[in-house]
Amino acid sequence: MNEQHLFSITALFETPDEIIHAAQETQKAGYTHFDVNTPYPVHGMDRSMGLKPTRLGVFSLVFGIIGAVSAVALMTWVTSSDYPLVIGGKPFWSWPAFVPIAFEVTVLLVAVLSVVTMIVLYFKFPNISHPLHDTPYMKRVSSDRFGISIEADDPAFNEAAVREFLKKIGGKDIAAVHYDLEDLNHGQRMFDPKFIGVLALTALLVSGATYIVFNQLLFMEPFSWMMTQSKLKAQRPSELFKDGIGMRPPVEGTVARGFLPYPFKGKPDEAGKNLVNPLLSTRDVLDRGKSKFLTYCSPCHGNFARGDSRLRGQFPNPPTLHSDKVRNWPDGNIYHVITEGQNVMPSYASQISRDDRWAIVRYIRVLQRAQNAKESDLK
Amino acid sequence: MNNSVTAAEMKKELPGQVARYGWILLIVGVVIAAAGYLIDPRRMAFDNIIGFLFLTSIGIGSIFLVALEYIAGAVWSVPMRRVNEFLGALTLLIPLLAIPIFLNLHDLYHWTHAEAVAADKILQGKSSYLNVNFFVLRFVIIFVLWSLFYFLFTRNSSRQDITKDQSLTTRNIKLSAVFMPVFAITLTLTAVDWAMSLEPHWYSTMYGVYYFSGTILAALAAATYIIVKMYESGYFPQLQRDHFYSLGALLFAFINFWAYIAFSQFLLIWYADLPEETFWFISRWKNGWEYVSILLIIVHFAVPYFALLTQDSKMDTKRLKLMAIWILFAHMLDLYWLVMPTYSKTVPFSWNEFGFPILLVGLIMVVFSFKVKRNNIVPIGDPKLERGLSFRL
Repeated sequence: MNEQHLFSITALFETPDEIIHAAQETQKAGYTHFDVNTPYPVHGMDRSMGLKPTRLGVFSLVFGIIGAVSAVALMTWVTSSDYPLVIGGKPFWSWPAFVPIAFEVTVLLVAVLSVVTMIVLYFKFPNISHPLHDTPYMKRVSSDRFGISIEADDPAFNEAAVREFLKKIGGKDIAAVHYDLEDLNHGQRMFDPKFIGVLALTALLVSGATYIVFNQLLFMEPFSWMMTQSKLKAQRPSELFKDGIGMRPPVEGTVARGFLPYPFKGKPDEAGKNLVNPLLSTRDVLDRGKSKFLTYCSPCHGNFARGDSRLRGQFPNPPTLHSDKVRNWPDGNIYHVITEGQNVMPSYASQISRDDRWAIVRYIRVLQRAQNAKESDLK
Repeated sequence: MNNSVTAAEMKKELPGQVARYGWILLIVGVVIAAAGYLIDPRRMAFDNIIGFLFLTSIGIGSIFLVALEYIAGAVWSVPMRRVNEFLGALTLLIPLLAIPIFLNLHDLYHWTHAEAVAADKILQGKSSYLNVNFFVLRFVIIFVLWSLFYFLFTRNSSRQDITKDQSLTTRNIKLSAVFMPVFAITLTLTAVDWAMSLEPHWYSTMYGVYYFSGTILAALAAATYIIVKMYESGYFPQLQRDHFYSLGALLFAFINFWAYIAFSQFLLIWYADLPEETFWFISRWKNGWEYVSILLIIVHFAVPYFALLTQDSKMDTKRLKLMAIWILFAHMLDLYWLVMPTYSKTVPFSWNEFGFPILLVGLIMVVFSFKVKRNNIVPIGDPKLERGLSFRL
């Protein structure tokens, strides 16, 4: 054992009222280096001890400002500089969307960093030893007594006087607490190899157990029954087929239900001869044809099929649909051109459904009739 | 440490000038309001809605604070609870401000126009709720419920002064448990009926909570101002800065709550960007209303937030008094911002807008001094009183 130094004189009290009174008396008696230990927070203790408000709040404010500013800066950089994306038609720099994020980051930084600051600055991390630890005094004040401890480095400290004073204000079990300088300076168990070793071992055990449970155990029977099923999953290989592909393409020549392939590929005249428009010129069909015509056809052929759209001059000129040739075509021919395309016009088979194509044909007929109206139509 | 208060030690009456000035303000306010109704009834009716909602805020908000104390088992607020109980009496006067609105419903609410409803599919869909008969019926039911709770709470509380019967506290705790859901529903309905239905096509599911946040702020601010003022004049000699800190902290919390709700409502509508929702904000963002909107953020959130941020400022009685008045003004501005854009596309501001605020300040002073005369200003029979007086942080 090395030399023992006096750390403080402690005394115990039985009720919160007594300890408040004791703290007030101690403050009045001129002691400044003293502490109070209670099993639970006692309201009004700060003032009774004459403590000044903590400055931790200033740190928190700084962390909060850092959090808010960095969140806004990050969002600004991401959304309007690094990877600008139009989201919901909003401007790139849409600050209202940043507010929840800035709020979250602010709260997170304040909470975490305030605790870290408290541990480092006020608890003097990594020093985890304190002379009061492992004393009978600490045992009592962490269960059913309220204690006061006047420290030896107080300018007004005098052992006999302090003992007398504590007795006078009603303290019981007055005792001296000693510490071992050697122990205090070198007893920083935080970096003790054994402690670090146990930490590392715990980390290893926990991650190992997690690995075993989630990557091994769950794949063993009987836990694996839900995971391994004999069906083939999408995009997975299969050993059953020669080519090893799990997702089988349909047999060549397969026809979808209710859908026959277009029989007149490359044969416009036959299409004109054989195809009959299945739709009648009703109000609904014409409305539908008009809407599809304006969407798909008018960009080149113009709103009235005159071949006069705003793209005129930028491409090979699209033809008018009011020429004699087109007017005399049977419906099937026009349908064929929409389906297969012609010259620079591509096929619209994938964009426009079959019924819509027929509806467009009906609408083109209406346009043609309107542009070449007969005398009798006016009656 | 004996903190108990006896009826004999307690100051009984407010200085006579409170009631006197109260009556003067009340009469001035009534004269301005009456003149406003004669000159421009439509405009005054809109101002009347603001006044009505403000009175409701303080009245029912105070009853809510009383119930909150009981249901949460709060100790620190017991010595000041009577202030809330006295302010709760304002609930009984709500019909005085509601009747002129009922007489002018046609000027205020678009959904009362039969021909407009007949031509409007949306209003037809809402007409089973938004019709004059049901509107009046709802108000009557809500008013009866609120008055009932006010009478029960205050009767139990003042009876306890004489009998010192602890079971009365238990009874009030049970009563508050019943009151809370009733309060939530009735206050939401009040906000929807009187303010949101001004623009019957628009809807926001957060509107009720939004009005609630302002309600609690206004009730708290009114109580805080009165408590600090009475403390300074020696009515509550045993109050400590711990009590004031608690009041300040509650004010601070609800300032943040208001900002949170207001911003959430805005963010959701801004993000979804649906025309049937955004027009409400757009009409508050043009023709001068944008300045009122910005002012609202500053007055209702930024200024009180920073003024009450630090620990010391929450205990500073002068700061608390200033901020209480400030928040009452902010709540008035908030209601003005909610209601007036329906009246006019530009910002209407002239002598008309002063009628109801003056009337209300007078009314509060008169009612409060009237209640103080007839009741103990400290609940001397409350079993938690002594602990409340010796409350320390």
